[in-house]
Amino acid sequence: MNDYTFAYLDEQTKRMIRRAILKGVAIPGYQVPFASREMPMPYGWGTGGVQVTAACLTPEDVLKVIDQGADDTTNAVSIRKFFQRTAGVAVTEATVEASLIQTRHRIPEAPLTEAQILVYQVPIPEPLRFLEPREVETRRMHALEDYGLMHVKLYEDIARHGEIATAYAYPVKVEGRYVMDPSPIPKFDNPKLSDSPALQLFGAGREQRIYALPPYTRVVSLDFDDHPFVASKADHACDLCGAGDTYLDEVIIDDAGGRMFVCSDTDHCGSRRRAGHVGRLGVPGKEVA
Amino acid sequence: MMMATGSAAPLFSVRGLTKRYGARIGCADVGFDLFPGEVMGIVGESGSGKSTLLNCLAGHLVPDAGKVIFDTRTDGPRDTLTMSEPERRMLARTDWAFVHQNPRDGLRMGVSAGGNVGERLMAVGARNYGAIRATALDWLGRVEIAADRIDDRPSGFSGGMQQRLQIARNLVTGPRLVFMDEPTGGLDVSVQARLLDLLRGLVREMGLSAIIVTHDLAVVRLLADRLMVMKGGHVVEQGLTDQVLDDPQHAYTQLLVSSVLQV
Repeated sequence: MNDYTFAYLDEQTKRMIRRAILKGVAIPGYQVPFASREMPMPYGWGTGGVQVTAACLTPEDVLKVIDQGADDTTNAVSIRKFFQRTAGVAVTEATVEASLIQTRHRIPEAPLTEAQILVYQVPIPEPLRFLEPREVETRRMHALEDYGLMHVKLYEDIARHGEIATAYAYPVKVEGRYVMDPSPIPKFDNPKLSDSPALQLFGAGREQRIYALPPYTRVVSLDFDDHPFVASKADHACDLCGAGDTYLDEVIIDDAGGRMFVCSDTDHCGSRRRAGHVGRLGVPGKEVA
Repeated sequence: MMMATGSAAPLFSVRGLTKRYGARIGCADVGFDLFPGEVMGIVGESGSGKSTLLNCLAGHLVPDAGKVIFDTRTDGPRDTLTMSEPERRMLARTDWAFVHQNPRDGLRMGVSAGGNVGERLMAVGARNYGAIRATALDWLGRVEIAADRIDDRPSGFSGGMQQRLQIARNLVTGPRLVFMDEPTGGLDVSVQARLLDLLRGLVREMGLSAIIVTHDLAVVRLLADRLMVMKGGHVVEQGLTDQVLDDPQHAYTQLLVSSVLQV
């Protein structure tokens, strides 16, 4: 523990990141540039999220790290271990017990509270990136609220697929001003972005951008009048816990086309099973401790 | 020299417009009035400053001196050079249009024809997919592009089709002033003729005002009511198109007119 500064980053770096976070909170949805540091993990593994988490952590915090909703995947486990070692903070897998949650590609199913901070790992913060490759131009478009292009993308979706086929990283408008990429969360989670009691912070390490949604911010998913936004999910119930209202992962279970759908949020699924809910393929009474 | 529009106030007036590139002159002390429904041609050789002038007029370049006054729908005549950037952008996607010489500069090559036409509509707040698509279809018809090409990308279109698509994309919001930079450049003559025919029809039908930069005298003869001849950044002669072309006064204009090949 004493071999490192608390939470790995030196104090000046944390100060710099906190300033960026404060600016992001002050201008919801605006991408604040920051001097992203080299972290002891490759880009794409959450270097941005880790820096934001490191700048927000206090010794009293209880940390939860999820990757695609799961607490036990490589990315989640390695980041959790990293902070156990460099900050010595308590960790948990239970959403309700955590005070700071770092996430990749999901928002937990359990409702968040005002006492929690949700940190997103963001690969590409710029929602206009694939429509307009010039960074200078996209920043000007944000500054001038020139967002017609964003709807062109949705138009193309409908023209080609008959519906808005964008299923993740679905663009949103924050407080009627900035168009924001909510990181690659499924669009099922988009409604949870809006009016959330928790502070939501987004960190993109490679792209060196931080942005934020303060608590109770109005976030609207972009759509057309005659093709409204739909928070879609697989049309099944969880095969382990039976929940019909959660985001599901599809799992191939044999070579004969057999498959099952399970909650992507492992903590939510586990707590439901412990409470006695059983899905189609679940075994009653034989549950995780 | 006025068109029969009945309106006395100019739509667009330019005074003392000057743009320098260091010690060199881009264009110097250019001034004119453009009235509603009028089409003005700017001709001159390469390097005469006509593209610089057009880009200054359209707000793509910032001139060093002068006024560019546009009669806006809401606030009456305003100097576009002192407008804020958002206002100028709003103007550029509603009342103004800019047709590039190379359609690749004016189109989004990765977006379908329908999306290209619909972009300006969506930029000014259209949010009904069905209505946007219907308008796009209507406009593709008006520029003679088959309705079944609406979901194709412009990269699969011929040069003439791309140029017509660019025109549809620009005119869809019903602009009042169109800037055209060599709209027929790079097209073969039969395609040019069709495009000119189409442009002439649209300009007359919609009552558009237009400023057309070209080095092709046939284009201005067909489209322009009035002509401005530029050389070395200066306007050397201006007047009615037929008058300038049939009875050129300035030595350079005489040279220009006599240089046209007769077939």
